[in-house]
Amino acid sequence: MKPEKALIFELSRPGRIAYSLPECDVPEVDPSAVIPVGHLRSEPAALPEVYEVDVIRHYTELSRRNFGVDNGFYPLGSCTMKYNPKINEDVAKFPGFAKIHPYQPEESIQGALEMLYTLQNDLAALTGMDQVTLQPAAGAHGEWTGLMLIRAYHESRGEGRTKVIVPDSSHGTNPASATVAGFETVTLPSDARGMVDLEALRQAVGPDTAALMLTNPNTLGLFEERIEDIARIVHDAGGLLYYDGANSNAIMGIARPGDMGFDVVHLNLHKTMSTPHGGGGPGAGPVGVKSKLAPFLPKPVVGLHPDGTFYWDEDRPQSIGRVKSFYGNFGILVRAYAYIRTYGPEGLRRVSEIAVLNANYMMHRLAPYFDVPYPGVCKHEFVLSGKNLKSAYGVRTLDVAKRLLDFGYHPPTVYFPLNVEECIMIEPTETESKETLDAFIDAMIQIAGEAASDPQLVLNAPYTTAVKRLDEATAARKPVLNCSC
Amino acid sequence: MSEVRDGLFYSEEHEWASAAGGQVVRIGITDHAQCQLGDIVFVELPQPGSSVNAGESVGSIESVKTVSEMYAPVSGKVVRVNESLLDQPEIVNGDPYGAGWIMEVEVEGDVDTALGKLLTADRYRELIE
Repeated sequence: MKPEKALIFELSRPGRIAYSLPECDVPEVDPSAVIPVGHLRSEPAALPEVYEVDVIRHYTELSRRNFGVDNGFYPLGSCTMKYNPKINEDVAKFPGFAKIHPYQPEESIQGALEMLYTLQNDLAALTGMDQVTLQPAAGAHGEWTGLMLIRAYHESRGEGRTKVIVPDSSHGTNPASATVAGFETVTLPSDARGMVDLEALRQAVGPDTAALMLTNPNTLGLFEERIEDIARIVHDAGGLLYYDGANSNAIMGIARPGDMGFDVVHLNLHKTMSTPHGGGGPGAGPVGVKSKLAPFLPKPVVGLHPDGTFYWDEDRPQSIGRVKSFYGNFGILVRAYAYIRTYGPEGLRRVSEIAVLNANYMMHRLAPYFDVPYPGVCKHEFVLSGKNLKSAYGVRTLDVAKRLLDFGYHPPTVYFPLNVEECIMIEPTETESKETLDAFIDAMIQIAGEAASDPQLVLNAPYTTAVKRLDEATAARKPVLNCSC
Repeated sequence: MSEVRDGLFYSEEHEWASAAGGQVVRIGITDHAQCQLGDIVFVELPQPGSSVNAGESVGSIESVKTVSEMYAPVSGKVVRVNESLLDQPEIVNGDPYGAGWIMEVEVEGDVDTALGKLLTADRYRELIE
């Protein structure tokens, strides 16, 4: 690959043009006649002047530096980077979905409303919840929405509960969302098996407990076997249970948060339901609730009249209000709907079964070469520890991750969860063939061997990427935040 | 293997503390802690004059890997913070028990009593083994 270092601005030469516009067929208006002087430019914007071919080559070159599920294996633990079937894109382009406007009258968009209504119900059925809002635009947005619902519920009962309990293995977004929603977070230690410590939970709950936020299976890829006891302890104290759906890819069609005792659930459609993920979205984080929380859902939700027509249900006096402009990331909801309908209930169950099988296969093949802090059977993801490589050869998990780049893989999540030393967190998802899994495993085994035989090789990796090892510490300590060109 | 310095007192959250004259206790993070964190890129210091309670968060340390809270090993009033860490947080990596100290806290009551509630060097060695 030829490294392209010049910025598009540096390619600029006066007078070069990459476009041709038709003759102007409307009267020209002098900008100073319609725009206040203070807002008018005094000199032209410094836009790059280049030929079309330069534009195409420049951005094509940059795009090739991207890594995505369409060009390689992406086992980023906790993120469910599964392949996104292209039929989702086809369906999202249907004119009835792609060419409509949010202000169109209800009667002219009945198909789109039916799709949303059906998706609400499908997600409710999948999670064991009673009603769903599709508005939240991301996982953390769903968490915040769910916590606002919990707050509204407690307040409607005259209770000012202020604390949200999160396990120490939880996603960092959980305590962050709780704080943004105005709660105080209480961190709960895990027990030796990586599960919620029931005794610590009993000590932590009280009349000020608003909710417990939990991921199940948890961030270590382990199923909280005593989830019913956990639910009982929290409910007996008057608190609610929040389910972070980040790990739903392990349980679809097998177990439902609603049956485990959860009251509020969010799903990450960009993880579990194969909508595009990474690169800043857009995502979708629908939230499902048990009926006692339904009156507080953001409005509108899509309703069904007795005559079979669909409508925006705005008549929700206890609603926490709107949490997203219009109706969420509609195009993403279409893709998730296409995915769910393509697979059907049996197919979604099979998705989770294969995701779990793939993770267990990888864990057991890698176990002889890396430390496995929680051996046994995992769900859809598992954690390894690189602490033996670090103490024996000075090769850290970060170095292993960098070396994986030379093999053409996106590295797994590293240094998370925080309660595992030199953590490597691998989630293969269900969409990978055995050959892909084996090739990645072989690369990991080779790197473990290199760490012993030639540690410098690993410490200086990567070698094949457009930029080599970055100085992350200096980048964070002395960031250069502007372009000096 | 990380250094655990004899004569200092330690918390389970990997801070060290030592008497610094009068009622003052000097506080930092241990060699083990800086080693686990990796390259430290930012230290959030408490306000001098603020009150801290033993076991409660008094600031945070950001490394290339993670952001970690610092917990006060003793209760009292912050009388001095190591402002050189604002520009050169890497001092904590290089000299955690010396130039990389983080804050000084004036305790109420007896200094030895406050420090006596913490772990000895031997106990801390057992903890991190």
